[in-house]
Amino acid sequence: MELKDWRSLPIGSVVTQPGSSAETETGSWRTSRPVIDFSQCTHCMICWIFCPDSAFTVEKGKLTGVDYDHCKGCAICVVECPKKCIVMVDEPRL
Amino acid sequence: MARQVRAGSVRIQARGNAVALSGGEAVAYAMRQIDPDVVAVYPITPQTVIVEAFSESVAEGKVGTEMIHVESEHAALSACIGAAAAGARAHTATSGPGLALMWEVLGVASGMRLPIVMHLCTRALSAPINIMCDHSDAMAMRDLGWVMLFGENPQEAYDQALIVQRVAEHRDVLLPSVNVIDGFTVTHSVEGVEVLPDEVVASFVGTYSPLYSLLDPQRRVTFGALDPNEYYYEHKRQQIEAMKNALPVVAATLQEFGELTGRHYNLVEEYRTEDAEVVLVVMGSTAGTVRIAVDNLREDGVRAGVVRVRCFRPFPAEEVAQALRRAKLVGVLDRSLSLGAPGSSLYLEVMAALSQRMLSPYLVNVVHGLGGRNTPVRIIKEAFSQLRLMGLEEQRREPILYLGVRE
Repeated sequence: MELKDWRSLPIGSVVTQPGSSAETETGSWRTSRPVIDFSQCTHCMICWIFCPDSAFTVEKGKLTGVDYDHCKGCAICVVECPKKCIVMVDEPRL
Repeated sequence: MARQVRAGSVRIQARGNAVALSGGEAVAYAMRQIDPDVVAVYPITPQTVIVEAFSESVAEGKVGTEMIHVESEHAALSACIGAAAAGARAHTATSGPGLALMWEVLGVASGMRLPIVMHLCTRALSAPINIMCDHSDAMAMRDLGWVMLFGENPQEAYDQALIVQRVAEHRDVLLPSVNVIDGFTVTHSVEGVEVLPDEVVASFVGTYSPLYSLLDPQRRVTFGALDPNEYYYEHKRQQIEAMKNALPVVAATLQEFGELTGRHYNLVEEYRTEDAEVVLVVMGSTAGTVRIAVDNLREDGVRAGVVRVRCFRPFPAEEVAQALRRAKLVGVLDRSLSLGAPGSSLYLEVMAALSQRMLSPYLVNVVHGLGGRNTPVRIIKEAFSQLRLMGLEEQRREPILYLGVRE
């Protein structure tokens, strides 16, 4: 993505286009990431509902994975998952 | 003497409308005339005069303002930020510890480029707890992106309230702006204040049309989103430009106000400096005392002068240096401390302005008036005589003079 100079940006860091966060990677400071064990997942979507960064990807009503460009590693999904099939894995181990 | 001046299409009688008002009441009078959409305040001495007087206007239905009584100063400015982001004209007022509690959101207001107007009635920061005037509160907001004008008396408290409104909302500026007036000395002193007719104020401040508004469904925007490392610096660069733009805008607004009212103000105001050898630089209500001291000294043949800084942010470095270019001895009066620094705020900035232009008068920091310590003419004359002694005898030189403290 091309980075604009200061004259070309709206002032006050106002965002004029919706969905701009999709273009900006905000997962770079994550220290550990959620990994889903799909053999136990029931696709209840509790993780998708609770995720504060909308980082769970879904296709045709089924959970497909995690968008690691936006997941910040907060682990709310790990706490909320009723099947306990999401675990946090340290980034350096990946 | 009355004279006719033009205010837009309205012709007015500019003089002879004096009303007995305290500085705080004068600000409230201006606020009633400006009729802001939102005023969010938390009462604190010595700002309370403004809140009391303005809330009467609200109760009597003289303004359309939504006045929000919030739970803290942090909430007061936060409410103003929300209102301004929605496109409203918002005001707040505070003092000392109240301003300190606003600190986090002071930077939010300027970073979001919201032209909020604040009336700051200066008060010493705790501890020890003290309700009287000094500039330790104002100096703590100097780096946060607010335009800052320092007034001297109730008349200027009124006038600057109108002036900062215009400066803040100027399209080349769009920065929050603060009308700084000294607690008690100005806020609680009653003087004859020449007020403008309501319609002239309405014409002078105009109507505010925000660049972006949260309530504009045709142009939907997000305020206050995360600004990652790829963008934060560029947005700060925009603020640098806005501050740079603010200097000519303040100057032009002061000039326009002068033409309208006959009250001519400048970024920096000189008094008897044309041949002055020894000059004191001052901000706020002490300026009048220094002028009287200068008049007294001139009678004794001392070539003394005053340079008064009205606009502190943006700092008019060129104008300050120009005003001091002939002086041999300069004392900079600071009414605050910058503990551990080589001098207080105004002193260091005057020094930088001179140094950048290769000017090097003998420069002393004169700290005075902390926590409301009275600064009579006698004390100012003492500062002048100490400065002159330092000029004569090198071994007497000190970088900082603590005026009026019991040693």
